[in-house]
Amino acid sequence: MDWQALTLSVKLALVTLLILLPLATLAARWLAFSRFRGRSMVEALMLVPLVLPPTVVGYYLLVGFGNQSLLGSWLKDWFGLELVFHFSGLVLASVLVNIPFALQPLQRAFEAIPKEVRDAAACCGMPALKIFWRIELPMIVPGLLTALVLCFSHVLGEFGVVLMMGGNIAGETKTVSIAIYDNVQAFNFDAAGIMSLLLLLFAIAALAITTSLSRRLGGQDGDHR
Amino acid sequence: MRPWLALCLTLLALPLRAETVTVAAAANLKFALEQIATDFEHSSGHKLRLSFGSSGNFATQLSHGAPFELFLSADEAYVLRLRQQGITDNDGVVYAYGRLALVAAKDSPLQLDDNLDGLKQLLTSGQLQRFAIANPELAPYGERARTLLEQKGLWQALQPKLVLGENVSQAAQFALGGSAQGGIVALSLSQAPAFKQRARVLALPLSSHAPLAQRMVLLPGAGRGAQAFYAYLQSEPARSTFADFGFALPEQP
Repeated sequence: MDWQALTLSVKLALVTLLILLPLATLAARWLAFSRFRGRSMVEALMLVPLVLPPTVVGYYLLVGFGNQSLLGSWLKDWFGLELVFHFSGLVLASVLVNIPFALQPLQRAFEAIPKEVRDAAACCGMPALKIFWRIELPMIVPGLLTALVLCFSHVLGEFGVVLMMGGNIAGETKTVSIAIYDNVQAFNFDAAGIMSLLLLLFAIAALAITTSLSRRLGGQDGDHR
Repeated sequence: MRPWLALCLTLLALPLRAETVTVAAAANLKFALEQIATDFEHSSGHKLRLSFGSSGNFATQLSHGAPFELFLSADEAYVLRLRQQGITDNDGVVYAYGRLALVAAKDSPLQLDDNLDGLKQLLTSGQLQRFAIANPELAPYGERARTLLEQKGLWQALQPKLVLGENVSQAAQFALGGSAQGGIVALSLSQAPAFKQRARVLALPLSSHAPLAQRMVLLPGAGRGAQAFYAYLQSEPARSTFADFGFALPEQP
């Protein structure tokens, strides 16, 4: 059992969520409420990571941010920031790959808020920020939870991206999926089995939590009391 | 939102990297190097962080700036190429000569012999479903296996039956997996207890393939620990471990 790899994966998932969820919430709200030309284009663009193989994302990050690339060497020279083969690079990759998983449930949640509720609040002179904080946010909780569980599970399972640009360095870029792969190659089937079972149980638990939560919280049309 | 903030700060405060020696090593070294590393850590007090993979992949990653201090390749070519690219400033040193082994799971019908007659027989009788080697494009052991099979005139006929491991470790695991009847992998891997329990092994003679001079090199920015390990790998205790795992050794300088 490789605890180091497991904690690294969990840490990666948490950091990814901290960055992605606030950004995705704002983006989802903007996409749900504003009408502008090219909105469907933006929506389609946000879905790209869903259909793009993770290895392809990994390849572009490796080539785009490596030492040989202009961007990579510029970041290194000016900010001392190295992304490829470092934890920070995995964070960037996870955020990119998980955009659709966070954005979709949140956007649906914002769209489900009845227009009358927001109009009423605005008519009564509630400032926009307060409307967001007191009315919208509580109503999108189910979507937020779905996004959270989806992204968290997805990060734990990430393999292609990490293999491409991680370099398999213990404690830095060796995530739990990579550790399973390594253990199978080294004929440590016990360790690989335990870690796989752990991820399987986690996946089942995550699904159970999401379905029960969405049943308890979702479905009602904004009648929060 | 306070607890979130606290969590955020805690995560940022976690040290991302303890001061240890990062080593990139060819997959065929997995078992031998782990043993050598344990001895070295005990005797020197330095901590090692070993990453195993295919030499080709590591060479690519190193040219993109992977943060390793020492690179142990399965073949000279990758180390010399890094020198040409200006990634390293010296040619490093040959630390061992690798050998190929023909392996088969204990219950496999494959007969093991130097001339690969058993493999030929199994192939013509149609009993061979799968045969594993490392990817010749990425892994030196795969490239040598391909050359050997070409010499024996088996390469073309084997094509539809071949499974390629991304590195020689994966090839070894494929070779003993349920659906393959055998494979050609690194002798050093087949010496590990976990492997020996499952397999029959035949060391192929050194004359049957071009020598696999395994070369290592220190990368720019290698610290004192890396330099100490580099020296230790050429010392007697390490050499005898390499020999135990079936490596031939270079002359002592």
